[in-house]
Amino acid sequence: MIHFVVHDENDSVGVVVVEGVKAGQTLTGWIMDQDREITFKAANDIPIGHKLAIKALAKDATVIKYGTDIGRVVAPIGVGEHAHVHNIKTKRW
Amino acid sequence: MDLSKATFLGYKRENGRIGVRNHVIILPVDDLSNAAAQAVENNIKGTLALPHPYGRLQFGADLDLHFRTLIGTGSNPNVAAVVVICIEEGWAKKVADGIAATGKPVAWFGIEQHGDHDTIMRASKKAKEFVQWASELRREERPLKDLWVSTKCGESDTTSGCGANPTVGNAFDKLYPHGATLVFGETTELTGGEHLVAARCRTDEVRKKFQFMFDRYQALVERHKTSDLSDSQPTKGNIEGGLTTIEEKALGNIQKIGRKCLIDGVLDKAEEPTGPGLWFMDSSSAAAEMVTLVAAAGFVVHFFPTGQGNVIGNPILPVIKLCANPRTVRTMSEHIDVDVSGLLRREMSPDQAGDALLECMFRTANGRLTAAEALGHREFVLTRLYESA
Repeated sequence: MIHFVVHDENDSVGVVVVEGVKAGQTLTGWIMDQDREITFKAANDIPIGHKLAIKALAKDATVIKYGTDIGRVVAPIGVGEHAHVHNIKTKRW
Repeated sequence: MDLSKATFLGYKRENGRIGVRNHVIILPVDDLSNAAAQAVENNIKGTLALPHPYGRLQFGADLDLHFRTLIGTGSNPNVAAVVVICIEEGWAKKVADGIAATGKPVAWFGIEQHGDHDTIMRASKKAKEFVQWASELRREERPLKDLWVSTKCGESDTTSGCGANPTVGNAFDKLYPHGATLVFGETTELTGGEHLVAARCRTDEVRKKFQFMFDRYQALVERHKTSDLSDSQPTKGNIEGGLTTIEEKALGNIQKIGRKCLIDGVLDKAEEPTGPGLWFMDSSSAAAEMVTLVAAAGFVVHFFPTGQGNVIGNPILPVIKLCANPRTVRTMSEHIDVDVSGLLRREMSPDQAGDALLECMFRTANGRLTAAEALGHREFVLTRLYESA
């Protein structure tokens, strides 16, 4: 069963695609572009559609998704943690 | 899906364009004429009034866009005939003349010196004549290249970027080689991925024009923004759905133009393309505004991917909704025409998802009502550029 998807293997985040993911749950992810599976443990409860970090991200690091810059880290994010507006911000506007 | 011999059933209009709907519309030029237009719609069954709040004291480029949008809406091949109503005769005639250039039946009425009662009576008589005439028009088999398909997504979430939007991209990549006319837009919603769009432009000239429009819109945002565009771009709904930044939203958005087709040209708002291929239209990212603009440019079927569940429709342009978010598909099933949530469970390939959308497109073109049509969603929203005089 696929719990989250990742666009590209170089991405720093994946997207949870099932409801009810709980902290501590072991998640199976599908890397779409390379068509392979990976496994991570969720560090937080993560709602459907929200992201989890699949790489540790330090403050001011660039977040990569679709193989492209989607913003900067404003609070450190550990592997398996919920990555969203509380720890990532746009570099534009 | 082999599209080399694909056909659909459409209505051939006087100017050669092919429509997939056969509406007789009652088109008010201004807010004051809405009441009369809606009274005519009530009198004559099978007609469709398009009320809106604008048209008075606009000037310059904003007024030009107003006229272009109204004339374009009336000229759309999904429309068989048009009754134009305006407070003043001059502008009623101006809009009617613009539509009449297509060769389709048009009548115009001014309210001043007549009042609503007399206008409604005269316009109703004409509308009855038009609707009975249109009811005898028949569909004919047409090649795929006669189909004009637009796209714009709404209430996106992260599933849009990995499911519904790439499905549109897959369908666009399949339609493009067969000479279909395609369009996308949403200028600010390319922010963070504009370099990827620029790289897909066919020529340097197209790229330069695209970049000019993109930069102009960025300057507008910079001029009017408060702190940032938080809660507007991305929207509250986008953020609720897991989208964090405009860059992330834009990269998901861009999935709609596929991986192969090139951008052949750039259009101003509501401007009609001059040939087949993929076009970029400089436009707002607000769903109803953008869909209204592409309808006015002559597009006859629309692909609308959603994540969190936008419910939009359009009076004259059938809006096909597709969604990959399993929760939205479950909770808002009456709005979703194509369920591609199987993509995210790895039960459906992108190719199968694209084919499912194309199958729905052909059925819709042939006459099947979309969810938005059946539910009565007729959002007709004119884009304004600045204050009235």
